[in-house]
Amino acid sequence: MSDALVQVSDVHKVYTRGAERVDVLKGLELEVGRGEFLALMGPSGSGKTTLLNLIGGLDKPTSGRVAVAGRDLTRASPRELAHWRARHVGFVFQFYNLLPVLTAARNIELPLLLTGLSRAERQKHVAAALELVGLADRAGHYPMQLSGGQEQRVGIARAIVNDPTLLLCDEPTGDLDRQTAGEILDLIAELNRRYEKTVIMVTHDPLAAERARRVLHMDKGMLVEAQAA
Amino acid sequence: MKYLPLLWRNLMRRKIRTTFTFLSITVAFFLFGLLMAIRTGFGVGIELAGQRRLLTVHKMSMIQPLPFRYLAQIQGTPGVRFVTHMTWFGGVYQDPKNFFANMAVDPEGILRIYPEFVVDGDDRERWVNTRTGALIGRKLAARFGWKLGDRIPIQPTFFRPKDGKPDTFEFEVVGIYRGATPDIDETQLFFHYKYLMERTGDPGTVGWYAVEVEDPARADEVAHAIDRQFANSPAETKTATEKAFMQSFANQIGDTGAILTAIAAIVFFVILLIAGNTMAQAVRERTSELGVLKTVGFTDLTVMALVLGEAVLLACSAGVVGLALVTLAVPALAKAVETFLPIFYVPGRSLALGLGLAVLLGLASGGVPAYLAQRLSIVEALRKR
Repeated sequence: MSDALVQVSDVHKVYTRGAERVDVLKGLELEVGRGEFLALMGPSGSGKTTLLNLIGGLDKPTSGRVAVAGRDLTRASPRELAHWRARHVGFVFQFYNLLPVLTAARNIELPLLLTGLSRAERQKHVAAALELVGLADRAGHYPMQLSGGQEQRVGIARAIVNDPTLLLCDEPTGDLDRQTAGEILDLIAELNRRYEKTVIMVTHDPLAAERARRVLHMDKGMLVEAQAA
Repeated sequence: MKYLPLLWRNLMRRKIRTTFTFLSITVAFFLFGLLMAIRTGFGVGIELAGQRRLLTVHKMSMIQPLPFRYLAQIQGTPGVRFVTHMTWFGGVYQDPKNFFANMAVDPEGILRIYPEFVVDGDDRERWVNTRTGALIGRKLAARFGWKLGDRIPIQPTFFRPKDGKPDTFEFEVVGIYRGATPDIDETQLFFHYKYLMERTGDPGTVGWYAVEVEDPARADEVAHAIDRQFANSPAETKTATEKAFMQSFANQIGDTGAILTAIAAIVFFVILLIAGNTMAQAVRERTSELGVLKTVGFTDLTVMALVLGEAVLLACSAGVVGLALVTLAVPALAKAVETFLPIFYVPGRSLALGLGLAVLLGLASGGVPAYLAQRLSIVEALRKR
């Protein structure tokens, strides 16, 4: 039995739009080891985000198997998947997806609301996450009061506040300038290196992909090339 | 409680829209409180009346007098515990618009048959022993500023003195009664029947009889027995429970309870549409945020509960404010309407019903948006920005 953290076996994903059938993933096979930093590259529509959604338990494959840490996600109920995501996965989005009505601290606290932690304990975790992303002095700021890079740091803090095993990043630097993107990638790389988070990052940006230890290319729903970074 | 800041911040996201919806719901519950106060005013006599007391009136019409001699015959009817008589006087104080109920009665009989009129010991004695005395309700005293010892002139509208003295009855306020419960009418004036007879001459008649039965379960039987005694006489009677009379009287101006309930239902239906629209818009606007909540681990049911909680929070907070405002306003309004509605207040059970309706309104207005939020696919939701 493989010791990979993520195992994707013969996964197909088909969407139907009216009478049209779209094969997004076509028998995809993938293994991601524990502590790995993997970059998924490919053109728009190649199935990168769909694959990321399947690995994060946000969606289910049409056929095939997706397992993380030995747990078969394809057999879990929506409720079980929600609980699993809360404990084991952190998501980082291209457009940050912060709730505009909440402060940075309240946004980061969201996943902790699902735990049995007391308010004081939650605040302690939030403070630690803010410290880690270098925004300890922005706790009370609303997203619209933050720069893009700061918003993404808050997004990363929200993703790691529960100390997940797996960090899934969907174009995390896609909306940032080059310098800020570099800082965000440094942060993600540090989370992988220092805190041993397994990172899977979807990106169009070759410079971003360079930070990963492994890069995979996708096209038309299949892995077409693999190379070690 | 840990989700409260999230609910509150979401409600405050569109302050103007939330404020208008809040005010709409507040006004609806204010109106609800007013309608319940009016309904109480119309219906309280009916609810309190019960089956213990019968009223015997002239079969043709309540305004036709009955012979005084019927008193002894009714008292002798099996099943009757006590009987007394009452006569509508219809007097006014200074001006016809100063209308209030005033009746000539047997001073001891009225206190016995209506124990809900509470009269203190000294007042009771003065009332029974003062031939020209008047027993008045607490609210009536407050309305005209009357106090014990005052002499009040009452202008009759259809009784005429036989003695040629000025066309006015002067009474001395000898007692002030209060209701045993808030539902009791405290706006009436009673005076001695004997004094009325002295001034107008004794025609040997009274307005109607109030009868207390020994066993409320046999009230109908006793009523028939009373009426049978006077069948085929010049003054046939119609006897029924006080409750039946009150209901019949109320029905003459329509089924007020049904009308008021219908108005309240229409108001709530309109408010349901307004609040429902607010919640539907609120959920539609933040589809992607709901997707984010699900992504970080909120279950479908938790997301549904959050949307429902938001709707309930809005409806309940506005409902509580509306009910609080109407509770404060009604005592002031009561003074303005006491001529027509002597009993005018929002009962505690109506306030409790109002709170229940607020919760229901929240659940109903948030139901569909919450269901849609619960069904929302994460992938679809995250695509919407």
